[in-house]
Amino acid sequence: MTTWLRSAILNRVWNLALVFRSRSWAGPAPGCAGRFERRVMGMKKTFNPGRLLILVVLCVLIIFSAYHSFQNAADREEGIRRGLDIAGGLYVLMEAVETGDREVDEDAINRAIEVIRNRVDELGVAEPVIAPQGDDRIRIELPDLEDVEQAREIIGRTAMLTFVGPDGEEIVTGAHLEGARVERQPEISPYPFVSLEFDSVGTRLFAEATQEYFGEPIAIYLDDTKISEPVVRAVITEGHATIEGNFEYEEAAELALLLRSGALPVELRELESRLVGPTLGQRTEEIAAYAAAVGLILVLLFMILYYRLAGIIAGFALVFYLSLVLWALNYLPTTLTLPGIAGLILSIGMAVDANVIIFERIKDELRSGRTIRSAMESGFNRAFRAILDANVTTLIVTVVLFIMASGPVRGFAVTLFIGIVCSMFTAIVLTRVLLRLAFKSGVIQSGAYVGVKI
Amino acid sequence: MIDFIGNRRKAYLLSAALIVAGLLSLAIFGLNLGIDFTGGTVLQFYVGEEASLEEIEAAIEPFDELEGATVQVIQGRDLEGQPTEEGLIIRGPYMPQERRDALVDEFRSRFPGMTADDLRIESVGAVIGAELTRQALLSLFVAILAMVAYITFRFEFKFAVATITALLHNIIIVLGIFSILQMEINVPFVAAILTVFGYSVNDTIVIMDRIRENIKHRKKGEYVEVVNQSINQNLVRSINTSLTTLLVLTALLFGFHYFIGSLDLIVFVVALILGVFVGTYSSIFIASPLWLNLQDYKFSLSRRRKAA
Repeated sequence: MTTWLRSAILNRVWNLALVFRSRSWAGPAPGCAGRFERRVMGMKKTFNPGRLLILVVLCVLIIFSAYHSFQNAADREEGIRRGLDIAGGLYVLMEAVETGDREVDEDAINRAIEVIRNRVDELGVAEPVIAPQGDDRIRIELPDLEDVEQAREIIGRTAMLTFVGPDGEEIVTGAHLEGARVERQPEISPYPFVSLEFDSVGTRLFAEATQEYFGEPIAIYLDDTKISEPVVRAVITEGHATIEGNFEYEEAAELALLLRSGALPVELRELESRLVGPTLGQRTEEIAAYAAAVGLILVLLFMILYYRLAGIIAGFALVFYLSLVLWALNYLPTTLTLPGIAGLILSIGMAVDANVIIFERIKDELRSGRTIRSAMESGFNRAFRAILDANVTTLIVTVVLFIMASGPVRGFAVTLFIGIVCSMFTAIVLTRVLLRLAFKSGVIQSGAYVGVKI
Repeated sequence: MIDFIGNRRKAYLLSAALIVAGLLSLAIFGLNLGIDFTGGTVLQFYVGEEASLEEIEAAIEPFDELEGATVQVIQGRDLEGQPTEEGLIIRGPYMPQERRDALVDEFRSRFPGMTADDLRIESVGAVIGAELTRQALLSLFVAILAMVAYITFRFEFKFAVATITALLHNIIIVLGIFSILQMEINVPFVAAILTVFGYSVNDTIVIMDRIRENIKHRKKGEYVEVVNQSINQNLVRSINTSLTTLLVLTALLFGFHYFIGSLDLIVFVVALILGVFVGTYSSIFIASPLWLNLQDYKFSLSRRRKAA
């Protein structure tokens, strides 16, 4: 019997090939309810083609899923969202500074954001992020830019609102505009209007201009864009002007906001600026992808050499793990950065840990004289607690980081969290299912198939 | 069975030496903090032709703020292994946008072949750097507290003490080695330290779980035997997991180093490789023996109480 075992270990691969071949040429014998028997190691082993079929189908599905998720991940346009460090783009963090007697409040920040948004819209960026951060900061993220430097220049410009006469002469700038808001006087007109208020200098300049250009249009420009061109119908000496027209309420509100924004009540100071050209990160991503492929192959080879058939199962689990993480990254609102990619590649090496724990446990149980079936079950049960505690502890770190950290570290925590959850799922659920199927279908017949030398 | 416990003093000595050396280096040389921590400007671009260092220095010359800035020439390879054009990385203090633009314009006029695509201009104000440092330290502190709570809840307080001590041991050693190597560290390094965090704890917990289980199943015998047995039972797993992790990390390190030349990510990968080594070492040689020592201490206390 020992000689039989030895030869089984030595010719494991050949043996396995035999198992598959015997299936193909023998086929389920009629009247045997889909089962047939074959003698291995002098013992009767039952093959269950039904289970084998499920196993094969599962493996094919895993490869299918992996193929699609890898392809999707490689798609720079439609696939996983890349961070600015990979896709190229611009990240700017600005801080609003109080000027004069105007304080930095929510309204001021929102107005500043509106100015920047208008400028960014001119650039035609697909998914710009212009958001307040904290009380007095504005975060700008512009991915996939054609011309990063131009974008940086446009954002950095101080907003300029100008009132220009019909002869092209500048009358007054937004610096002298104190406020702009939508008003309505239903008794006079059904349409809302925008009322403007100038400071003392603005009042004087505007009074002179309305006198000079009475009956003519005065254009209002925000930077280079004409946002309105009202005709002067009265000489305004008090500094209170109104712009009337057949406005919808929203239109009037937008115009008022633009006018207020143009006045830019706060100075924006750069805290951080990161500008990355579109091809710089792409190369890094390519190299990382090659490294990932090489790393994956090395890990698969190691697992198969060390754990034999169980290693192949771990390999399928690992490939599925990768594909699961890639799908998760694709469908969850996350962004993949370079440290994230490196972390993901690292996780290829770490994800097999749970499998290693399980397989070592199974081997222990086999060595203590259990049958393969009970060794597998108790190995899983005993490994489960270790895997759970080890991973939950790491999950705690990622959750703390997600709550407390910001920016790239936070993004990394999300990637790590997704990785840990997916690897726990594949190790605890998928490996178990595959291993059970492999046993019940008769593919795994002895400890030798999981690399135990007795 | 290897007697890890019997030899624990040797491991303690080695660790103590590493920690002292690391702390000394940290105290004397400190860490080579990059712009993410200190604030500053990094410009990276490809000038498109053979540019001598003199020409580059001449281009930087009019910028007084860049006096003492470092200029690094990087060289990568394409996928066929052919060297790609040389790139430049200039590291200096914080420069406002006008100055950065002026510098890029200066280079453009001197090197017409300079590309607009392969460009990186990063500027970080000192405020942000200080915030990042504070935030990173604070969140690590909270993470440690949370882990102590969880391990105490699932195991016992002494397991938590041993695990966290091993963890701090790992982090001090990795930081110490970075201080000795003087590699520049940035945000990716923080991410790497966090991963080392997770890896070390993960590695240790699995052994602790074994100890917990073996204690439950054994009614007789010494703790020393139980711990030794547990470490030995887990040895193959410790080695295999660090091996597979090192396999992918080596592939990554080679890829980044050979094909790209210089990158913050190389620091990230080096930190991880060190972390995996130290983490595996400490969970075998430090964490479990340490737990045993904590037990011994308790025993001696109870004995003393009995004697009194």
